Amino acid sequence: MAVKLVHGSFDPWRWLLDHQETRLSPGSYGATASFVGTMRDFNEGDRVEELFLEHYPGMTERELEKIVAEARDQWRFLDALIVHRVGEIRPGEPIVLVAVWSAHRGPAFDACRWIMEALKHRAPFWKKERRDGGTRWVARNTDGYDGY
Amino acid sequence: MSSIRVRMFASLRERWQIDQVELKPEGIATVADVWRSLTGEAMTDQVLAAVNMEYARPETPVREGDEVAFFPPVTGG
Repeated sequence: MAVKLVHGSFDPWRWLLDHQETRLSPGSYGATASFVGTMRDFNEGDRVEELFLEHYPGMTERELEKIVAEARDQWRFLDALIVHRVGEIRPGEPIVLVAVWSAHRGPAFDACRWIMEALKHRAPFWKKERRDGGTRWVARNTDGYDGY
Repeated sequence: MSSIRVRMFASLRERWQIDQVELKPEGIATVADVWRSLTGEAMTDQVLAAVNMEYARPETPVREGDEVAFFPPVTGG
């Protein structure tokens, strides 16, 4: 299990692969589910030029670790990785990676989704957008299930 | 004698112009007391709180030496 906060651009696929190659033994897992969140260049009808992502050093890591522990209580999986950006982020850049490895696909899919939703609801991060007209704090996250 | 450390984040820090402050524990029993002593207001559902980096409620007890944080609803991911 690993939780990492990173400053500056990161390649989620390299992180996933590095974690897999160093922390999991080949043949032990039959399923890998991943989610990557990427910064859009629009929000609520406005063009967004840049995001600043604030966090609460110490509590953010703790909350993410708790989320992974709670997921482990619910599903049987081998490993999980969360990587989250902090600081300045530009459109097109990845913000978050959640990856889960398990023997079979069910727990990987379900835990990955659950971890991501819990992160959105509980992990102390705050986004500030920079647009044409200045800056604004993002008031709330979109509902993860609004497409259903 | 040790005090209570209070921190604010994001829009609350900007609104109240408080990043970190030490508070004397006299007269403070709960998270809501801390908020009121700094802002003069009652907590709303737009104000979240943590005590020693664990989510807390307005009625959560606060003791000297604690770190109390206030922040708006979270928007990560």
